Amino acid sequence: MKPQDYSRRQQELAGWQVMVETYKLGDLYHCSIANVDPGARFARGNGATKEEAETSAIEKATRYLAQTRKFEA
Amino acid sequence: MAVTLPNVLVSTEWVAQHATDKGVRVVEVDVDTSAYDQGHVPGAAGWNWTTELCDTLVRDIVPAKKLEELLGKSGIDNKTAIVLYGDNNNWFAAWAFWQLKIYGHEDVRIMDGGRKKWLAEGRDLATDKPSFPAATYKAGAPDFSLRAYLPEVQQSVAGKKAALVDVRSPDEFTGKILSPPGLPETCQRGGHIPGAKSIPWGKNCNDDGTFKSFEELKELYGAQGISGDQPVIAYCRIGERSSLTWFALKYLLGFQNVKNYDGSWTEWGNLVGAQVEKP
Repeated sequence: MKPQDYSRRQQELAGWQVMVETYKLGDLYHCSIANVDPGARFARGNGATKEEAETSAIEKATRYLAQTRKFEA
Repeated sequence: MAVTLPNVLVSTEWVAQHATDKGVRVVEVDVDTSAYDQGHVPGAAGWNWTTELCDTLVRDIVPAKKLEELLGKSGIDNKTAIVLYGDNNNWFAAWAFWQLKIYGHEDVRIMDGGRKKWLAEGRDLATDKPSFPAATYKAGAPDFSLRAYLPEVQQSVAGKKAALVDVRSPDEFTGKILSPPGLPETCQRGGHIPGAKSIPWGKNCNDDGTFKSFEELKELYGAQGISGDQPVIAYCRIGERSSLTWFALKYLLGFQNVKNYDGSWTEWGNLVGAQVEKP
């Protein structure tokens, strides 16, 4: 099978820059979210539509990002 | 400067042509352990770094016997060419590469660009888990010259015997954050090991996930005084990002004495009495 409808974009989420990557494989859309720096995938979601997959992944990512604290360097 | 060893990298096109060749085994190793199930290179095995590439009872690399079993059930013998790839520009593919070299596997390669490039090129993906005829694998005596332990790092800090390279993000290096955004905090103190140079792992790679050229890497490290004339110890948070830098220094730049400190910040940043530096 070939992945279809592949997209990759950078956006801000909960004050952090993240990369949102989505593709369709078979009947299912897969979305994963990575922090831009250092570039680790930390949330993902699946769905019958692109929007469903991305909404699920973004919801999880927002929750995880809220737990990242910032300190005075 | 020693010679480079470019045969440790293969292209996505090479993998598309040779993934199921006799004597070749492609293996995906991801940070996100579910990524393999969301589609992988047809014919590729999938290894889970959290359960299969470590000792789950002691914080340590995979024990020899466990590695032998993993490779055996993956249809890999001592002569197999193992081609590793994964997400995040091959973080954990490099982690697997490092461990395979510790146990002396000769022919290990990395698919340049990893999972990201394969996906971006729209190449075939499979969701089935292939089965492989069992093989017999014998691990070599571990070569711990590739691995730095805490005492050696402490001696290096005290005597400046080795160049320490911190490959985490600038915000982790300065102590502004304790872990990459979105990931669990795993240390008690932020900052870096005294004297370490900040050269984030991502600087080894191009936007498409492939490694930078020899000249670009030489310039990157040379600008920070890392030339291969002295021993180098790379570290990050848990040792996987630094295994990618270890790979670049040892196999793309040809440095002879490079070690991965896999204890990394989860060890140093939790160690009672360890000095932490903040710029």
